[in-house]
Amino acid sequence: MSGATLAAGHAPARRGRRPSLARERRWALWGSYIALVFFAIGFLIPPYFQLVTALKTSQEIGSGKDPWFTHHPYLGNFIGIIENPQFQTFFLNSAKITLFVVAVTIVISVLAAYALARMRFFGSQAFATGVFLTYLVPESLLFIPLFKVLSILHLINSVWALALIWPTLSVPFCTWIMIGYFSSIPKELDEAAMIDGASHLQMLWKIFIPVALPGIIAATIFAFTVCWGDFLYPLAFLFTSNQMVLTAGIVSTLIHGDVLDWGHIMAANVLASAPPIIIYAFLMDYYIAGLTAGATKG
Amino acid sequence: MADGTTAVTAPALRGIAQPARRGGLQRFARRRSTLAFVMCLPLFLLIAGLVVYPFFYSIYLSMLNREMTRFVGLFNYLYLLSSGTFHLVIFQSCLFAITAVFFKALIGFILAHVMHNISGRDQRIWRGLLLIPWVIPPALSTLGYWWMVSGDYSAINWILQLFGLHPVAWLANTWTARMWIIIVNVWFGTPFFMIMYLATLKSVPEQLYEAAAIDGATGLQKIRYISLPMLRNIIGITVLFSLIVTFANFDIVEILTAGAPANTTHVFATYAFQVGINSGNIPMGAAVSLFIFPILAVFSIFILRGIGRRTQEAI
Repeated sequence: MSGATLAAGHAPARRGRRPSLARERRWALWGSYIALVFFAIGFLIPPYFQLVTALKTSQEIGSGKDPWFTHHPYLGNFIGIIENPQFQTFFLNSAKITLFVVAVTIVISVLAAYALARMRFFGSQAFATGVFLTYLVPESLLFIPLFKVLSILHLINSVWALALIWPTLSVPFCTWIMIGYFSSIPKELDEAAMIDGASHLQMLWKIFIPVALPGIIAATIFAFTVCWGDFLYPLAFLFTSNQMVLTAGIVSTLIHGDVLDWGHIMAANVLASAPPIIIYAFLMDYYIAGLTAGATKG
Repeated sequence: MADGTTAVTAPALRGIAQPARRGGLQRFARRRSTLAFVMCLPLFLLIAGLVVYPFFYSIYLSMLNREMTRFVGLFNYLYLLSSGTFHLVIFQSCLFAITAVFFKALIGFILAHVMHNISGRDQRIWRGLLLIPWVIPPALSTLGYWWMVSGDYSAINWILQLFGLHPVAWLANTWTARMWIIIVNVWFGTPFFMIMYLATLKSVPEQLYEAAAIDGATGLQKIRYISLPMLRNIIGITVLFSLIVTFANFDIVEILTAGAPANTTHVFATYAFQVGINSGNIPMGAAVSLFIFPILAVFSIFILRGIGRRTQEAI
């Protein structure tokens, strides 16, 4: 057969190949969609399960009937948990401290990133590398000495301990993102500003911050997600429910409280996961751009 | 990240250009470096006070006796290394981290390719859906998993019974508990790998794949000879980074099993928490968590090297 094609010359062979490429591509596309549906179902089952459980009465959960579906969605768990004073305290504590830490993080990291990206000084190179290394340090390496440090400062079982500690989780990476964004701004821009007599702070405020706004948004989302979702530090440093934040509060207090059933706990879970999901639904592109800042350039 | 290192290496170049251009501005430069120092000061204080100092303090703590009254040198480390429970912790930490990172990287790699095949707007929607596990705070989703698998009447067992199988006490058996810990971690961490690889795939020139297709390469050959070499560096960086994070993981194990059954699912972080905070033996807990440090130190050197190489390629 190969002999026949050879004898027939090149033209038929080429005509034979083109549809096969297209067919291959169509198959690849179908295969891709099938794989995506498969993985998307797998990835979304756990959040779906939480939502379904949250929509059931405690009788229905206890009855042992189909745990994956409900015929009569019931909103009582959500109402109950929103009216629960403990849950309100957790939510307010989480919101208060997270917003505070996000603001502090952005100020610290924008200032430092500008200095590290644009102003040369003794040790700036080593310091920038050090900032990145700090980002790699996991919280589980430091929670025990920090526990001691906080008890010396009389901050154990105070929600403000987190306001002091959480910036260590958010600031290094945010600084790193901002260094990247700032150094991608063309040098001509600050030279022009400098000729016009702008000071460094003016340049930062009037040029760098507006131009690097996507980076600042990415950093804000990152800082928010990291603080909102942190579990180890609140679990280690806080004990009483009036000082708790959402993650540790739901896991430790609500369950050990024995008063609440799983419908309530899953409703609390859904409500506590909602802020990061909502934020990311609107700002996903900034989030991803910030995260893959390194990958796309390489 | 590569941008950052560009910034780090750039000053050297600027240093050559600057004296020639504005030689007379020495005083300005001096003021500038003072200002730069002041701008970096909050960051410096934060890192020095709440990361570097606690780290060394932790080393000091780990060399005290339980009551923290006496210096005992390396006793805590030697005690841990001779204890059977801690051998289990080391084994489980390594098993967990290596298996979980392998599957995260593999599934992330597959998903990135699958996602790369489909076009613009569809891709955005699918990417959004598949990123959800990574956005939910892991402590909360692990709690959902716990309710899904624990006990005889769990939702997973309900499915098993649907097919006439016996219910399994998933979290009460060592190996099934380990399996679920890995599943939850893979579920949570895969989207990160997916977006990192997808972003890199987008920067691979399309012509390479077209040329390969014309030469008659199969899909697997394209992956083997184009994708893998082009993604090699980012795969290295993400795997090392994820190994560090997974080794140090706390949330999933703590909520799913808290070390049970019989301490066989403890990892460094949860064991340190149990020993240091729950049982109040702070020096021993500090010693446990310091075992994470060698892994962190070695891997971060390789990560820095990988990022440096990326930056050079970019230049």
